[in-house]
This record gives sequence, C-alpha cells and structure tokens, in this order.
Amino acid sequence: MPTVPPSPFSRPLLVVATLLAACAPVAQSGVLPEDRADVLYHRYEGGGVTIDGPSLLVRKKLAEQYSVSANYYVDMVSSASVDVVTTASPYTEQRQQASLGFDMLQGKTQYSLSVTGSDENDYTATTASFDVSQDFFGDLTTVSFGYAQGWDEVRRRGDADFAEDVDRRTWRVGLSQVLTPKLLFGLSWELVSDEGFLNNPYRSVRYLDPDAAIGFAYQPEIYPHTRTSNAAAMRARYFLPYRAAVHGEYRFFTDTWGIDANTVRLGYTHPWGERWIFELGYRWYDQGAADFYSDLFPRADAQNFLARDKELSTFSSHMLSLGATWTLPAWSFLQRSTVNLYLDHAMYRYDDFRDVRAGGAPGTEPLYEFDANVIRLFFSGWF
Amino acid sequence: MDRTLPRVLVAVALAAGLAGCSSVEPWVKPYERANLADPIMSMDRDPVATSYLNHVFEAREGARGASGSHGGGCGCN
Repeated sequence: MPTVPPSPFSRPLLVVATLLAACAPVAQSGVLPEDRADVLYHRYEGGGVTIDGPSLLVRKKLAEQYSVSANYYVDMVSSASVDVVTTASPYTEQRQQASLGFDMLQGKTQYSLSVTGSDENDYTATTASFDVSQDFFGDLTTVSFGYAQGWDEVRRRGDADFAEDVDRRTWRVGLSQVLTPKLLFGLSWELVSDEGFLNNPYRSVRYLDPDAAIGFAYQPEIYPHTRTSNAAAMRARYFLPYRAAVHGEYRFFTDTWGIDANTVRLGYTHPWGERWIFELGYRWYDQGAADFYSDLFPRADAQNFLARDKELSTFSSHMLSLGATWTLPAWSFLQRSTVNLYLDHAMYRYDDFRDVRAGGAPGTEPLYEFDANVIRLFFSGWF
Repeated sequence: MDRTLPRVLVAVALAAGLAGCSSVEPWVKPYERANLADPIMSMDRDPVATSYLNHVFEAREGARGASGSHGGGCGCN
C-alpha cells in the first residue's frame, strides 16, 4: 500500500528561512514596485473546458515607504471535460478571487503582507502570506523568503451536509543575482504542505467488475489527508549583443504522493522600434504518476488510497507561446501604457489515462490527449 | 545526539558571513546596468498575466510552487 512519508526537505528549508530572517534587518535603501494598473481578459479553451473572465490589478505607492495593491479575478467555467462527461453532468460555475497587499520598504528590506479570498459555489479559500526580501552587495543580490497559510473549505453541490477543511502551509526562499552586466540569474525553492480533504469530491476511480455490462464500475476516489511537496527552480535571462533577450528556466518538483515532475521553459524577447516588443516561448512539462494512481484498478477497494484523477497520472505537455506588446503614446496622467496580447497553444499527452468514451474492452481504450488554447489580452498603465 | 547546536553554529556563521559581505565591492558598476534596466530584461514584466498562466498550469498539473520570483529584483534602480 502506498504510504506518505514525511518530507526530507522541511527542516533544511526552515533553517535557511531562519538565516535569511536574521540577515533581513541589515538595510539601507531599496525600491518598491511601480505604480501601475492592469486590466486583463483571459480565456482557456481545451479538453471540453472553457474558462474566461477578467483580472484587475491596481498598485499605488503611499509616500516613499509604502505600497498597496488590490487584485480582483474571475473565472467563468463551462466544463464538459472527459472526467465530467463519463461520471457526472456538464456544469457551469463562477469563481471570484480578491487580494489585498501591503508592502513596506525599510532601507534595503521590503516586507510584504497579502490576504487572498476565493469563492465558488462548492469551494472557499482564504490565504494570508508574508514575504521579506533584502538587497545585498550594491543591489546585485536579492534574497527573499516567505510564508503563507491557507484555510480552505471543500463542499459538494447537492449535498448540504458535506463540508471538509484543508489547511495549507507554504514556505519559500528565493535568490535573484546579477552575474554580469548582461546576465541575471535566479533560484527559488518552495515547500507546500497540505492537510485535510484533498480529493475532488466529484471524481471516481474505475475498477474491473465482471458483473457490469461495460466490464467496469466506479467508486469514489480516496486520497491521503496529507501532502508535502518541494519545488526548486533556476532561471536566467541574458541580454544579447543586439537589443534582445533570451531566457531559460528549469524546475524540479517532487512530493510525498510519489509525483516527480520536470519543467523547462525557453524564451526569446525581441523589441521592434520604440513601441513594440515581441515574445516567443516554449514550455515542456513532464510528470510521473502518484503512487496510488491507476486508470483501472483490478477490483473495488483494491488499496487504501485510490485515484484516477488525470492530473495525478503520467503525462507530458508542450506549449508554444507568442506575445506582442505595443507601447501607447503618453496620455493624460499615464506616464506609459501598453496593450498586450499573448497566445499559448498547449498539447497534453497522457501515458496511463485512457479515454473511456471510445469504448472497447476495459484497459484497451485509446490513451487520452487534448490540445488547449490560452488567450491573455491586457492593458497596463503606469502612473 | 542533539543536532540543534551544530545547526545553530552553521546559522550564526552564515549570518555573520552575509553581514560581513555588505562591504563587498559591487562587481557590476551602476553605469554598467543600462541593459539590465531595459524592460526586456525583467524576470516578470507582467505579473497579472504571469500569475494567470501559473494558475492554468497548477489546475492541470501535479506540480506546484517555485514558479515565480518572489521579491526578486535586478538591482537596476
């Protein structure tokens, strides 16, 4: 039976975080984020799911030491995904999220507090986070660490008696480094620990059932009540001999459910004249399945934990991205403003999740795959 | 054996080392940072758009975390 061992990384991470906290007060002067407003329209379409909506962000300095920010975000979901159509009914719902942030600069140290609330008809989440960053070595090095605590409530439509809690704790450490006049380098490490009801309450696993006409039957998923994950990433950005930049990133992920994942991102940024910036990007993602995942279990209650959530399966994806930014002429109180369009095309290919809609003998159905398109259209103004 | 003491000693040594390094001469001078200050060198030029895309990934993938540069900077200002 799969077990969930304690994370081997949590203690070293806490030691590093403590160290960085000890160093943070050594301070002289830093820079708060710029005053800006963003209005974004987002749309995701793929795998029978369409999600779109707006996101609004406003950030404003108060005197030279403080900065406040507010973000409002909406997901309007229409889902007829392969999971939904095989074991439930298509649905529509809306998720709203609001965040408030406060930053304080003291010398070279920046303190950030934020609170985020998210609500939909069957899920409520509240998260509070605290981050500190500190510049060193003539502002060539920035070290940061943060902690976030989340309190979620999981509900189930049509079942007024169902309500379960999830607690989330996040520790993160980051390093941003100027290596040369043309090269930036960054490292980040994030540990997330969850405890509570971690299932999707609507999803089921399937198992072989000789009494069923189609050869298999469904039972509810059963997940462990704890999960601890670690992710470490390195990224770099280089200014080319002409005015353009390339960037790259690698992230390794591992968790106590047995999922290991790798992410690679590459990109090229090319300005055109004074007003245009074009982006070209590629992202590769690959993961192994959770220990308790199976597309088809041999019998009912085959093991203590059961999952057939395709997000926990073995799969890979490729994403191609195109982006364009147009800088508008100065206007009214806006010092600068841009209109931006990003188009992303992703291809998800699953190695052990089968499309049961195709029919056939259990376990011989074709492997599932889908393509998705993402649109981000937004206006940004600096004031 | 109690392993707390060695950890505390390492922590103190590292903290002292970092504090001592505040006098290190910057190896990239302020006048050499023009390229780094160019918007195309920003690690996260559009935080709202980046945050949305990370949300898209986290909803469809098992991995999570370490996807942004929290509080990072390039020392350009």
